[in-house]
Amino acid sequence: MNYHWNWGIYLEQIKGGEETYLSWLITGLGWTVSVSLCSWIIALLLGFLIGTLRTAPTRWVARLCTAYVELFRNIPLLVQMFLWFFVVPEFLPRGLSMWVKQDMPAKEFFTATVCLGLFTSARIAEQVRAGIQSLPGGQRHAGLAMGFTLPQTYRYVLLPMAFRIILPPLTSEFMNVFKNSSVAFAIGVLELTFQARQMQEDSEQGIETYLAVTLLYFICAYITHRGMTWIEKRMRVPGYIAAAK
Amino acid sequence: MKSFYRLLLSLLAVSLVANTVFAEDLTGTLKKVKETGTLTMGIRESSYPLSYLDDKQQPIGYHIDVCNKIVAAVKDQLKMPGLKIQQQPVTSQNRIPLVSNGTVDLECGSTTNNEARQKQVSFAVTTFVTNVRMAVKKASGITSLDQLNGKPVATTSGTTSVQLMRSHEKGKHINFKEVYGKDHADAFLLLETDRAVAFVMDDNLLAGLIATSKKPSDYALVGEVLNVEPIAVMVRKDDAQFKKLADDTIKGMMKSGELNRLYAKWFMSPIPPKNVNMNFPMSEKLKDLIKNPSDAPAEAYNQKK
Repeated sequence: MNYHWNWGIYLEQIKGGEETYLSWLITGLGWTVSVSLCSWIIALLLGFLIGTLRTAPTRWVARLCTAYVELFRNIPLLVQMFLWFFVVPEFLPRGLSMWVKQDMPAKEFFTATVCLGLFTSARIAEQVRAGIQSLPGGQRHAGLAMGFTLPQTYRYVLLPMAFRIILPPLTSEFMNVFKNSSVAFAIGVLELTFQARQMQEDSEQGIETYLAVTLLYFICAYITHRGMTWIEKRMRVPGYIAAAK
Repeated sequence: MKSFYRLLLSLLAVSLVANTVFAEDLTGTLKKVKETGTLTMGIRESSYPLSYLDDKQQPIGYHIDVCNKIVAAVKDQLKMPGLKIQQQPVTSQNRIPLVSNGTVDLECGSTTNNEARQKQVSFAVTTFVTNVRMAVKKASGITSLDQLNGKPVATTSGTTSVQLMRSHEKGKHINFKEVYGKDHADAFLLLETDRAVAFVMDDNLLAGLIATSKKPSDYALVGEVLNVEPIAVMVRKDDAQFKKLADDTIKGMMKSGELNRLYAKWFMSPIPPKNVNMNFPMSEKLKDLIKNPSDAPAEAYNQKK
């Protein structure tokens, strides 16, 4: 293969600017982490709410929440990004629509965060529902028999146990948020994938560029994984649910 | 001595019959093509009108026609009329890796010849010149870079138009709010839906997007030329033999006037699939380059003052 290697490319200055390619990648990493963490918070809050409500005894509430999950789970993430960015503002009143399109600060970031948050919340909701439903029915009855109200039964009996059961898949989901945030480049968020494309076009050192980006994504996901494993260990209650090692 | 000449003569005769003998002299791409019996052309799917797919998914365009001429010259030189031609679609992300790793032998797309790329690949003599300018909606009244202060300006991610605006003399004191589309069609959508007041890109691409838009009369190409970019057919680096063949073929077309005819066919008359006329007259720069062919990179055209 006829490739001109240049490992010093990261520290080289960008043509017509004072920054280095490394500073491009670091800015990109910053946006990737911001989008991911903000949408993770949205996803956790909404996911737990919707997932819990799906197991609620009120039929219409459960159905509404099922519809929510199906809606956000059945549409590809990239399409959802475009829907939020290009389609939704067209349905707003003219003045507001123009404000969203031209003057709203950080509109790409905001759109991407909300979109990724809602997409992930549907997946978390499914895990929360599965976690609650995996508990024996006796738990709920016991809680109610103790004189707890239904919300109290959820708060003090069902959710704490369900949360511990679903921690491992939740870890995967958290790691997925980082990886899925790369889709945000399509609507112009200056995140890591965006900067990678920019850097490879500008420097023509594609292999070095994508190796660095791969490493940065890997580090993000790995730190997440270690953090979540630590939480998992801290939260473990011996003999509480599945046998602790 | 006589026997030596006879040997030489018979060798010559043999070489004329069985042309494998001159595979010895072949290097690089030509040697590979000779040995494998195939040549792979890199094509673009939507670089109008340089290289794109028609309604039957066949690659057509100005650079495809140029490359077909080069392929004919290869067949001629190798005496392989039955040479198999493969077509490999490429994107702006993968075209250079695919040429340097040997997947693509001859890239017939819309690649700018610049210094960074010349570290990885080589270019045939320049066959098209594009100017980086901006497309605006006529209704906006914008005609120059300095009217863009604080306004959203669209470009395509993975391109360097924004750096060009910043480094342009008039752009230095202006605060651009750049917005990005993931490809040219998306970036044009940003302009069309008023998310941006201008779209900065190669003028031939802008002309193509305008010509195929819903209302071409709404848009105009305006403003300063931010960069002059020579566009050329791309070949592997350090392959003088193949590059010479490509260069000579193109220079021949320039001399005979065939390149001018091709230009008129693709840029000045209706082209498939929509029968739209790009109406994009040849620039003075390209006229010069047809008289004096050159493979100089973009940097040579844009000396910083």
